[in-house]
Amino acid sequence: MRWKNDELRGWGGALKTQATLARPERHSALKATLQDTPCPAIGARRSYGDANLATHAIDMTRLDRFISFDKETGLLEAEAGVTIADMLNTFAPMGFMPATMPGTGFATLGGCIANDVHGKNHHLAGSFGQHVESLVLMGADGKSQRISLKSKPKLFRATIGGLGQTGVIISARLHLAKCPAGRMVVHERRMEDLDAFLDAFNASRADFQVGWLDMTAKGIHMGRGIMEEAHFSHDRYIRPKKARAVPFNAPGFAMSRPVVKAFNWLYYKRVPEDGRDVERPLHKFFFPLDGIRHWNRLYGKRGFHQFQCVLPDDEAPATLPLMLEAVASSGLASPLSVLKRLGHGRGGMMSFPMEGFTLAVDIVNRSAAKGLLARLNELARHAGGRVYLAKDSSLEAAYLPDMYPELADFRAEVEKADPSRAFATDLVNRLNVRG
Amino acid sequence: MQGSPTPNKWIILGATSAIARAFARQCAEQGASLLLLGRDLPELKRIAADCAVRGALDAQAMALDARKPGQFQAIIERLKTSSDILNAAVFVGSMPEQAAIDADPGLIDGVVQDSFTGPARFLHLLAPLLEERGKGTIIGVGSVAGDRGRVGNYVYGAAKAGFATYLSGLRNRLGRKGVHVITVKPGFVDTSMTWGIEGMFLVASPEDIAASLHKAVVKKRNVVYTPFFWRYIMLIIRLIPEFIFKKLSI
Ligand SMILES: Cc1cc2nc3c(=O)[nH]c(=O)nc-3n(C[C@H](O)[C@H](O)[C@H](O)COP(=O)(O)OP(=O)(O)OC[C@H]3O[C@@H](n4cnc5c(N)ncnc54)[C@H](O)[C@@H]3O)c2cc1C
Ligand SMILES: NC(=O)c1ccc[n+]([C@@H]2O[C@H](COP(=O)([O-])OP(=O)(O)OC[C@H]3O[C@@H](n4cnc5c(N)ncnc54)[C@H](OP(=O)(O)O)[C@@H]3O)[C@@H](O)[C@H]2O)c1
Repeated sequence: MRWKNDELRGWGGALKTQATLARPERHSALKATLQDTPCPAIGARRSYGDANLATHAIDMTRLDRFISFDKETGLLEAEAGVTIADMLNTFAPMGFMPATMPGTGFATLGGCIANDVHGKNHHLAGSFGQHVESLVLMGADGKSQRISLKSKPKLFRATIGGLGQTGVIISARLHLAKCPAGRMVVHERRMEDLDAFLDAFNASRADFQVGWLDMTAKGIHMGRGIMEEAHFSHDRYIRPKKARAVPFNAPGFAMSRPVVKAFNWLYYKRVPEDGRDVERPLHKFFFPLDGIRHWNRLYGKRGFHQFQCVLPDDEAPATLPLMLEAVASSGLASPLSVLKRLGHGRGGMMSFPMEGFTLAVDIVNRSAAKGLLARLNELARHAGGRVYLAKDSSLEAAYLPDMYPELADFRAEVEKADPSRAFATDLVNRLNVRG
Repeated sequence: MQGSPTPNKWIILGATSAIARAFARQCAEQGASLLLLGRDLPELKRIAADCAVRGALDAQAMALDARKPGQFQAIIERLKTSSDILNAAVFVGSMPEQAAIDADPGLIDGVVQDSFTGPARFLHLLAPLLEERGKGTIIGVGSVAGDRGRVGNYVYGAAKAGFATYLSGLRNRLGRKGVHVITVKPGFVDTSMTWGIEGMFLVASPEDIAASLHKAVVKKRNVVYTPFFWRYIMLIIRLIPEFIFKKLSI
């Protein structure tokens, strides 16, 4: 197996490392690579910070085959490198789709399990890992075993959301959900401020919900944005065309305060005052940013951070304004800020979701970003909230035990599965996840 | 089945290659039958299963080693019983480092067998079946490396050049019988063959190369450079006079 020297960057581009990468194209090559140089597996590198960075890593994207599919029950078995979009494109015409999907179709099955991702239907469908029936895990010795919640409850729960620390996920069996149509009917409404937003989420009965926040709005407009509630329409599924790409890094002013402010104002006003219904193909609704490949280059060479936390219901109304205020006054906000309700569904010991509100904000990587991120992390901890490790680039290691109450169990299980610590990534080392 | 058109069967040699896998998938999505050939049978079976899930009418795997032409007849016999429209695509090839070849010239035979004579012997056995049916397409994957011998990989290049000349003759023979032959010359493609090699540029994805092959089938192209701009790059490289070229290391 030849290795490739490359600079690895998380999706945000703010953190990077010089790495040696293997990319096995067949099963036997993966096994040989692991036995020769045990190291973490990475997927499509859609985690923002350093969850997917390591000095040696195995790129899993070429091990992307479907293994079997039952058209009656929707039970799919697939290799870890298949992407969410591939699953949607292949099975939607047969009436099935992943039960829950992150906001990008480029994420791989392995990555979605290792971060136990959530979607716009988390309040109903739970997290990705909860739909995994079993998976095949390969240890640093190249030996593999099939595990499920029944057969190995602890190891299974340490693997779902386990950041790849228990071993390389080779393949998984998962239950797909029914996909009744190829398009979504999306109801869009303006939300005047944060109060209106939180009320709307608490009252909403929609299957899919997501809120876009204007993080540049201050004062009485603070927390304004657009609420999207969606259900399936009746049309057939149509395969998306190939996306256009941002060819190179944008100049620094692309994400400057006036540009973002103007963009956000237009984006807000685009929805009429009394709301509207629009129809969108599935991929446009679920993966709105995938239409432009490498959109992260719009942030220029220095990149950006994403901060995402979840706050418990009773703390959110008090803490969110402090967070919005901190971001708005920093001038580092970007157009991409999302507010959502999460349910209680979680599949693993280190899963992110908990009942409450989740806020995700992209923050331009200028010198003031560090202080802002520290403030946001502190606010989240203080409120009994949790920061999402798939996005993180700035958390204090000391906050981890409070935010992740099952950390001790996780550490114990991982120690057994990988005593040589072969699978530790940059994030795991930075936050002392393994203890 | 009455009324429905005769299905296409694609026989894919070297089906474990990343380009071949992408090509096979696209065939599967069009509902074709597949016969996947190569040395790594467990892996071929995985690819066949994937193609079946993606919509292939039928997907089978069989062992084929380009260096063991004695095995070929059994596969041909099996194909004789098929009533599908037969098509073949050859992706077999190997590119040991030139330095390894310089150290052990015995490797030359293997390179020539993998990239030229093995596939040529298979196609020679297959050709009468297509000729008899009067339809079908054969795709042979050569390389831009076959257009001119370069210090870095001229043994591989020589084998690909031999294969290209063979394909040109085969096209000449089969064209008059309704069978179309396409020679494909890819530039750099992002596969295990090029992974981690320094100095790669304008690297294309296997999916894009595979899509260009399907387009070439529909348009009945004869010689295809892919991505297209390699036609112009190679035109320039071929035009460099030999007395200059011999001093270059490109
Ligand atoms: C535009 C955008 C929108 C997003 N929206 C959401 C969202 O709505 N909800 C959400 O939850 N997340 C969201 N994300 C985050 C993304 O879904 C997760 O980061 C996901 O884990 C990315 O998958 P990946 O294949 O890129 O994995 P990578 O980022 O490459 O890796 C992630 C982790 O998984 C591990 N891993 C990967 N493959 C394997 C394997 N085969 N075996 C063992 N470990 C493995 C890695 O070691 C690493 O720890 C979004 C990201 C983007 C860019
Ligand atoms: N990558 C590039 O930049 C590039 C550029 C121009 C042309 N090409 C050509 O494209 C084709 C595919 O290459 P690739 O890049 O995808 O690399 P690859 O993965 O190394 O593919 C080579 C294929 O050839 C098969 N093969 C080798 N020796 C064989 C033998 N003796 N018998 C049977 N099969 C044999 C291999 O199958 P098994 O090992 O599984 O048997 C494999 O499927 C090759 O012909 C290559 O020369 C590639």
